[in-house]
Amino acid sequence: MIQLTPYDRVRTARDSKRPSGLDYINRIFTDFLELHGDRRYADDSAVVGGIAHLNGKPVTVIAIEKGHTTKERMARAFGAPNPEGYRKALRLMRQAEKFRRPVICFVDTSGAYCGIGAEERGQGQAIAENLMEMMTLNTPIISILVGEGGSGGALALSVADRVWMLENAVYSVISPEGCASILWKDAAKAAEAAANLKLTAQDALTHSIIERMIKETAIGQPSFYAHIRKMLTEELEELESGDDLLRQRYDRFRRIGAQKKETI
Amino acid sequence: MAFLNFQLKPKNELEAGGRGAAPVHRDESEPEQTCPNCHKSIPVSRLWANQNVCPCGHHFRINARQRIGMITDRNSFREMDADLQSDDPLNFAGYQAKLETARLSSNEPEAVVCGTAEIRGQKCCLFVMEAAFMMGSMGTVVGEKITRLFEYALEHRMSVVGFTVSGGARMQEGLLSLMQMAKVSGAVKRHSDGGLFYLTVLTDPTTGGVTASFAMEGDIIIAEPGATVGFAGARVIEQTTRKSLPRGFQKAEFLLEHGFVDAIVARKAQADTIAGLLRIHNREVSA
Repeated sequence: MIQLTPYDRVRTARDSKRPSGLDYINRIFTDFLELHGDRRYADDSAVVGGIAHLNGKPVTVIAIEKGHTTKERMARAFGAPNPEGYRKALRLMRQAEKFRRPVICFVDTSGAYCGIGAEERGQGQAIAENLMEMMTLNTPIISILVGEGGSGGALALSVADRVWMLENAVYSVISPEGCASILWKDAAKAAEAAANLKLTAQDALTHSIIERMIKETAIGQPSFYAHIRKMLTEELEELESGDDLLRQRYDRFRRIGAQKKETI
Repeated sequence: MAFLNFQLKPKNELEAGGRGAAPVHRDESEPEQTCPNCHKSIPVSRLWANQNVCPCGHHFRINARQRIGMITDRNSFREMDADLQSDDPLNFAGYQAKLETARLSSNEPEAVVCGTAEIRGQKCCLFVMEAAFMMGSMGTVVGEKITRLFEYALEHRMSVVGFTVSGGARMQEGLLSLMQMAKVSGAVKRHSDGGLFYLTVLTDPTTGGVTASFAMEGDIIIAEPGATVGFAGARVIEQTTRKSLPRGFQKAEFLLEHGFVDAIVARKAQADTIAGLLRIHNREVSA
């Protein structure tokens, strides 16, 4: 088997033929009812959310949807959420907390939408609020990165108790092209940047940023979705039976980059 | 009326400068700085005497130590975690050399200075980011220091004042940098849930992952006049959308207009404003 380079995985993660957010929702859950709008300004088509059943159990599902065809992708802003998308997600998460439903997120975005309107409506503030609120949302959260995990735009749906990644998904602080053009003034050095950024699922696992890497051997097939359904069901059972959920979620992030030296 | 005109003519430079104005000595060797706003050259000493604010109102960037000196009561600042340094956790090409250069050019070990201080007699925890250190970018050490500060503040029931200036998360520490956004946000949330006060002061420039985390998480958010504050970089937005940006886009005034900052406070009024806010909130904490 040929070993994929990190940049090969970036290209795989971006492949429009890969299952998208809605594919996961429709194939893993039943009775999905989509709920629209952030109750502030608009409904963001890049973020899909609602209520569904996971093996008969009600859950709140939120997914970033990129679409497959060019037409779909245009309509979904290529899976780049506006502030409304993050605010809709937060609204649905608070609703989940109120009715004691776990939250499951599927993340696939090159990053938060980059535009004038997004800035006018507080893209930074919307992401920041999700980071803060998700940290203390009193219900289990599992996030699965299924394609691109682009920076703050992906993190805003990934402050979770468990974060999993598909084998060829990537998770990065900046796109390899962006990194190469800033550091070396040459976007063509993206492959080199990708290798340096340590953005593969294996890297994230090595640095304890995710708990699990999901094999892609059967990607898109019924057994693939069944496998994820089974893992989600088991993991939620464990999370719901455990205590100190919020303390553990805090500690999960607290130890990343914690320095050894104690000095005050 | 020639006689009157003669009488009113200034006798010397001192008089020309008006009563009470400092004598203007034109020292040819003195360095000058050109203001990007009014395009005038101003002697550096004069800028320093005015907290690095041009007479036209333009706020020049200043380093963290200058700011601490300006804002805190004399000898009140007690630095915390001063010796934490990044150690290139991902072996990122060229990062070690860049850190070395940053340490030398900024004379700081990292891109944020943290500690406790008093501002006009009001105790607080304080962090000030340092633009001269890799544009104030946030890696694991910046995230750790700010997290520790919030945890300390929660434990000791103290308010936090934070001056932000940052290009965002530090690329060279990859995902570890990105995770600091969540880590710091968690600490801010705990501090907030503890009923404690957090004030952010946005200074030029505050962008990317810092805007999308603790810069926007203050109970009260103030900004320096003219500071650029945003998530995506203006040039990137222009290139991606191929639209020309509105006038004053991502300036502090733009954020005020769109409802994302509470007030714009000029540098010379900051200590009083901050102390006033601390006085109100510190009292509630102790009550």
